[in-house]
Order: sequence, then structure tokens, then C-alpha cells
Amino acid sequence: MITTSNLSKKYSGNQVLHIENLDIPKGQSFGLVGNNGAGKTTYFSLLLDLIQPTTGKIKSNNIQVNKSEDWKPFTSAFIDESFLIGYLTPEEYFYFVGDLRGENKADVDAFVGQFEDFFHGEILGKKKYLRDLSKGNQKKAGIVAALIGNPEVVILDEPFANLDPTTQIRLKGIVKDLAETKGVTVLISSHDLMHVTDVCERIVVLEKGEVVKDLVTNAATLKELEAHFAN
Amino acid sequence: MIKHFLNLEWKAFFRSASFGKSLGIKIFMGFMALYFMGFFLVGGFFLDKILEKIYPKIDLITAFTGLIFFWILGDLLFRFFFQKLPVMSVKPLLTLPVNRSKIVHYVLGKSALSFFNFLPLFAIIPFGIKLFFKDYPSSSVLILILALIVTTLIINFLNFIIESFSAQTELSFLPVILITGGLFALDYFNIISFNSLVSSAYTAIYESPILILGLVLILGVLYIFNYKLLHKKLFLDSGLKTEVKEVKASNLEWTKSFGDIAPFMQLDLRLIWRNKRTKSSVWMLGLGLLYGLFFYPQPVYQDKTFFFIFIGIFSTGIFLINFGQFVPAWDSGYYKLLMSQNIKYEQYLKSKFTLMALSVVILFVLGIPYVYFGWKILFAHFAAAIYNIGVNTHVILWGGSFNRKKIDLSQKAAFNYQGTGAVQWLIGIPLLLLPMILFAILNWLVSFEIACIVLIVMGVLGIVFHQKLMRFITEKYLESKYKMIDAFDQEN
Repeated sequence: MITTSNLSKKYSGNQVLHIENLDIPKGQSFGLVGNNGAGKTTYFSLLLDLIQPTTGKIKSNNIQVNKSEDWKPFTSAFIDESFLIGYLTPEEYFYFVGDLRGENKADVDAFVGQFEDFFHGEILGKKKYLRDLSKGNQKKAGIVAALIGNPEVVILDEPFANLDPTTQIRLKGIVKDLAETKGVTVLISSHDLMHVTDVCERIVVLEKGEVVKDLVTNAATLKELEAHFAN
Repeated sequence: MIKHFLNLEWKAFFRSASFGKSLGIKIFMGFMALYFMGFFLVGGFFLDKILEKIYPKIDLITAFTGLIFFWILGDLLFRFFFQKLPVMSVKPLLTLPVNRSKIVHYVLGKSALSFFNFLPLFAIIPFGIKLFFKDYPSSSVLILILALIVTTLIINFLNFIIESFSAQTELSFLPVILITGGLFALDYFNIISFNSLVSSAYTAIYESPILILGLVLILGVLYIFNYKLLHKKLFLDSGLKTEVKEVKASNLEWTKSFGDIAPFMQLDLRLIWRNKRTKSSVWMLGLGLLYGLFFYPQPVYQDKTFFFIFIGIFSTGIFLINFGQFVPAWDSGYYKLLMSQNIKYEQYLKSKFTLMALSVVILFVLGIPYVYFGWKILFAHFAAAIYNIGVNTHVILWGGSFNRKKIDLSQKAAFNYQGTGAVQWLIGIPLLLLPMILFAILNWLVSFEIACIVLIVMGVLGIVFHQKLMRFITEKYLESKYKMIDAFDQEN
């Protein structure tokens, strides 16, 4: 689904990302871990064509993301609060995103209705603007908005941060379901090794912009990751 | 402790985000401050002359104290809208080992050093010096000056009390207007003459200095009252809470008739209506519409036909100029979302175009009553409106592709130059000057009618080639996509 070749990004001669080769097959739940400054967000930004690569390219479904915009209909993402429109209510925001992805109000209502549990009664019908919600609730709204319109690729940067334990567990269920039953390619970055090993079939460790580990998740993965980051 | 507080203040001032504003704005703000100080200085210096002229038979001191009542009312009203108690800055101190009472004293003390309290000094001191030279007893004059300084502080603290009581109500400005208006009315209709009461009080202080203790006592009471209020409210869930307004939403279904640009039009309308900064451009509509009334009733402008076109462009295009100059910076807060979503740039821009074109039509229609001042004016306005729709909308959208400044929507509008760069000034040349010059030349060489028709033709050409122009503009936006994303990510 997503192939990365010879990708690098430099800021004034300073290399922040360099990935020779990385293939992510369709329907894989893919985890990206690494310390601050490892290049996780940079990689996601390149994938979304928000910044330009210095060399190399990323192809999503055989579409080179910085050449054509045809990857947009099947890709969605929630990176940070700058993906939210502060002066809309959550409902209006969902309808707006739905409109852009060709879903009408009824579709969006039905879809968002499934997440009643996830929202814990704090998002819908509250008559509040997104900018006035708490950080955690903002995140919930952003993540659900990223799932509207049956995307084939979903990119979530640090989805577990700022969420309460119940919501974290529910989110894990949602992500697993996406990859296993709906065949969606899910890309997640996280600082929480436990969550990432719970959810992802494959985990890649970035360090100073380079891939240093590429693991298929199994019972020993968490130990291995913990050992890696302990040093 | 004081040392720490002062240190924090110092750093807050020099390291604030707004301190890094461009030099031009800083100089402008400096000039504004200088202007007010100069205004007060000159006013204070000539106050004795002015008073002698207006009240030739009354003693200078009595005439002066007769003004104090109105000063207090005016100052209260002014401060209510412009001065806020600086409480938010102490939030980080709450969890540190600092006494709550010390924090409160600090906040109140800091408010006493506000610019509003120093401004009157610029008038009071020169006036006092003039009094010295007029051989008024120096000790009495000094006491009067001192009394006025204490009064400034009384107004300062009184304002915060009024603010804290009216903050909870829906129309928070109503109480202060009622109080000041009521006092003024009672005085004006001679029901209770507050003015002569206040006047005789200050005259009494002038005559027997010991009475100043009364003012000091009032100040002390107000300070303690403020202290109590603030001490009670210095919690995250009361005084330090940021306000959350309940949403009154409409679904804007009518925009659906605009087809595929409907989602963006809804977004734009909500953007305009729900943010302080954008809301002001709505209020500007009224100003723009009435702009002609400043000029047309005066006979001087009756035969200056080239002036009609300036007013026409301005009054039908005020929304276009105000809103258009910050496209796409209005959306800078969530630009990354728009860029990674499944959107067509052309639809996004077309929504902005449609809004601006609609505003021109509406403003022109509302401005039809100008025909009262002559049909030529209406014709000129019509030409200006067509030119605005056909040419200026495209020019301003094109100018937007050079926009690299982020706008924080939650900031207030007045004196806010965030998002303003050289582009905004340069774009004014083709927008306003070009049609004016063109019109003036044609008007002078050929005739008024031909000049109008040329502008109309230019506008119509713009409308005819709308699709082509939009495609060109869209390309410009696509070219600068990464630069914009990067720029909108920066705090400026």
C-alpha cells in the first residue's frame, strides 16, 4: 500500500529523516516508535504531503504523494490540534469533514453514532465549540473525524496521549477492528510501548531519523523494545 | 519577593510574543502613546486659558473642580471597556509557595501602575505648574495635585469592582452605562447636583488640606474591598476561569443552493460570525456603507466627480478589502487539515470569491439611497461595484497567495496588526488607486460617462474570464502550498 524509497529530509544541512526502504502492505496496523526528535511526525508529514522531501519519494497505492493529489480521497489523518477547526462544534466539524469526503449528514450521524461509547457522552450535543473542549475530548473528536468516509489509510500521531484509560482501551479496540476486519492500513506513532505492541502487527523503531528496528509483534516484542529504549 | 515579581514582569514584557512584532507596528504604537501623552500635555498646559475663556467670571480653582465630576464619569466608562485586572498572569504562581495575599497585593499593585493612571498626570502636572506661576498658594496646589492622583487610583479600583460585579451578567456593559448615565442625568436635570457636590468637595480639600484624608480613606476602603473580592476569586474555577459561551448554531441550509462550494461557505460564514477578529469586519460594513455621508452632503465634493469612484469602491468593497486581504490566513489555524483533506483548492477559493462578490452586490443595493445626492453618484457606485466584482476580488485573492502570516482568531480586532505584511499595503495600490487614477484621467480627458463605462467594461471582462482567472490564482496557491503550511505553523 505504502512504499517509501530513498526518502530523506534535511533542514539546513541537518538530516532529520533518512529511510532507504519501507513497505507497508494493505491492511497492516503499523506502529512507529522513537524518542523525541526521531522523525516520526516528519515521516507522517511527508506522507501527507505537508512538507517536501529532500530526496526520494513515498507512494501510496502507487500514487506518488507529492506529485498527484489522488491519494487524498482514501487517506485521512489526525496529527495534532491544528487539524481541528476551533470555532465549530464537534457535530459541525464532523459534517464538514463528511462533506469533503462525500458523505451526507445522515451518513455522518449514523457513523458517529457508533462512537457513543468512545465519546463517553462528552462530545455530542454539548453546544460547545471545539476550542472550548478539554485536550482529551478534542483528541477524541479529531480521531473519529479521521475515520469518517471509509478511508483506506488512517494516520494517527500519538493517539493515546492525553486520553483517559477507558478511552485508551476503547481506542485500541477501534484500531484493531479497522485493520483486522475492514482491511484499513493504520499508521500510529506512540511513546507508549505497551499500547503500541498491543495494537500493531508491526513496529518500526526510528532513531535520529533512521530505521533501527523493524519487528513483527509477538510475545517478546515488548521486552525487546523496553530493552532497546533502556539503553 | 517583590524582586521576583519585578523580574517576572521584566521578562514578560521583553520576551512576549508581541514584543517581536515588526518595527513599524512598534513605532506606530509608540506614536499613539506619544499622541495621547502630547494631547494631555497640551490640554493641561492650556487648561487655565481655556477655563478662563469659558468661565471668565469664575475663579480658576472653582472652574477646574467643576470638571472633576465629568472626568470621573468619562474615565470610568473608558476604563470599563479598555482596562482589565491583570489576573491571568498569576496562574502559575498559585501552586508555588507564595502567600495568596501577596499574590493579590501584587495584582492590585500592578494595576496601579497602568498607563491609564499615568495619563492624567500629563495634564495635571502642567496645570499645577501654571497655577504656581499664577501665585496660587503652593501648598494648596500641591494638595490638589495629590488629591487628583488619589482620585485616579480611586477610579482605577472602583472600575475593577464594577467589572467584577457586572462580569456574570449577559450584557455586562449595561450596569456601567446605567450608573454613569444615571449619575450624569441626575446631575444634568438638577435633581441631585453631583457636580457641585464633587466640586465643593475638592475646593474644600484645596482650602483645608487635612480633608484629603477623606479621599485616602475612600481609596483604602476600595482597595480592601478589591482585595477581599480577588482573594475569594483567585481559584481556577472562579476568577481564573476562561469564559465558555454556549453555541447558538444555525445549520445554514440555504447555502446548499451554491452547490459544491456549500461546505466552504458554511465554514466561512461561521468563521466570520464566531471569531472576534472576523466579527469586526462585519461591523465595518456599516461604516463603509455610511462612508459617503461624510463627503456627499458637503458642497465642496459635489463637483469632484473623480472622488465618487473612490467612495464607490470603498463603500461597496469594504468587506472585500477587510476579509479578502487575509485569505487564506483566516484558515491558518487548521491549514494542515485543509491541505491533507480531500478538497479542491478551486472550491475553497471560489467560496471566498462568492462571499466577497455577494457582499459587493448587497452593499451596492443598500447604498442606492445615495441617489439622493445625484444620479451621477449612483452611476459611479454602480461602476465601482462591477469593477469590485470583476477585478478587485480576483486581485485580492491573487494577493492572498503571497500571504505568509498566521492569524490567531481568538485575538481581539482593534489595533491588531497580526497577519499584516507588506503585501497587504501593496495590494491597496491596484485595489483603490488604480481605478481612481484611471477614472480621473478619463474623466478629465473624455467624460464622466465614458470613465464609468470603462470601469464597467473592465469589471465585466473580469467576470467573463472568471474561470480562467481562478485557475491561474489556484495555481499560484498550489505553488506556495508548502511555504504557507510552514509559515502558518510558526508563531509570529
